[in-house]
Amino acid sequence: MLGRLRSMLGGSGSGGGGELLSHGSNGRPLPPEHTRQSNGLDQFFSSIQDRSGLNLLDFAGANQSNVSYITSMGHRLSSEDFVRSLELTFGYPDVLEKQGNPQLVDQFLQENLGFPYDSFDGALLWDALQFLSPHLLQITVDRLFDTIRPDSYLLAFFHTDEKAKQLPLYNYRIADHRNILLQPRGWAHCGQVFNNRAIERIFHRYKSVKFFLTRDNLREVIVRR
Amino acid sequence: MWNRKKDDEYPQKSANVPQSPATSAQTSREVHTQNMASAPVRTYDPPAPAGSATIGKAVMIKGQIFSREDLVIDGEVEGTVEAQEHRITIGPNGKVQASVKAREIVVLGAINGNVEATDKMDIRKDARLVGDIKTARIVIEDGAYFKGSIDIVKSAEGKRKDSNPQVQAAGK
Repeated sequence: MLGRLRSMLGGSGSGGGGELLSHGSNGRPLPPEHTRQSNGLDQFFSSIQDRSGLNLLDFAGANQSNVSYITSMGHRLSSEDFVRSLELTFGYPDVLEKQGNPQLVDQFLQENLGFPYDSFDGALLWDALQFLSPHLLQITVDRLFDTIRPDSYLLAFFHTDEKAKQLPLYNYRIADHRNILLQPRGWAHCGQVFNNRAIERIFHRYKSVKFFLTRDNLREVIVRR
Repeated sequence: MWNRKKDDEYPQKSANVPQSPATSAQTSREVHTQNMASAPVRTYDPPAPAGSATIGKAVMIKGQIFSREDLVIDGEVEGTVEAQEHRITIGPNGKVQASVKAREIVVLGAINGNVEATDKMDIRKDARLVGDIKTARIVIEDGAYFKGSIDIVKSAEGKRKDSNPQVQAAGK
């Protein structure tokens, strides 16, 4: 299973998921590890400041930085490596194609999004949604709608490069309330092209969608449930 | 003094030492006996830290385990495991499908169940944990797989310090 995961990811990283390779697919080198400023993250944490005892969902997978940062604010953290779970359920190399298999979709939803209603006061989805097929993406977003409490926020990232077939896959580590350390872990196929209109359509049940454009081909989105 | 073995280190198996077939739970105080006639090669498992019991990698236990000393689980356990005042270590071969409660829990293997460590939780690189964690402190190494929630609860010592700041100040 791990072997499949390794080849699917086509490499990994420095840091988290350290068992994976260090070069991208087809010999394509991975982008370097770097820290970036995130207005989306800043806004996300502003929305919960002065509150404690919240239950937050983090799709980055458990790591010391995120766990320490969030629990030090007095919150409870629910953590899962969403992209890794995706690969473990659907397998390589047809991850996107297999996302049309109803049996596997049910299994995936049960294992990874089987939370009770109104479980969370916020969710850090990072860039996980862009690796889902349109069908599974909509199911996931709708499931999140049921899982997140009203007026809570989601933070999601979408790459803006519409020509890219493969996107770099990162581990997201919170450095502080507005800075993230991005550790490359490989390459993965993008489920679809995302522009602002497409993103608004995906989150049409939510109260609002706010975009932060950045200089590094990443669109940060804050969505209010 | 400098070479003193740390008590809290998980015993590493030596590459040169053949491993025991370990067919039953052993404590460090038990004498490892074998029928020498049927065992031409002398084997042994490295000793667990002093004062700890070990469930070997060929052992499977279903039921409840209560321990009054540190416990190393390198086999399979289904049920519940408790060592309230002590440390439980899930070794690299350990597979635990149980709720686990202890003062300190170190995971190198796999746990499927909720865990509660009153003092510290330590999830090592290749560990796999699916379940909810309640602990006072947590360390997660990169590469570990975890799915579940993490609740940080103050230890009894921390609560005492908070409620009596003079104690904290006096300790400085």
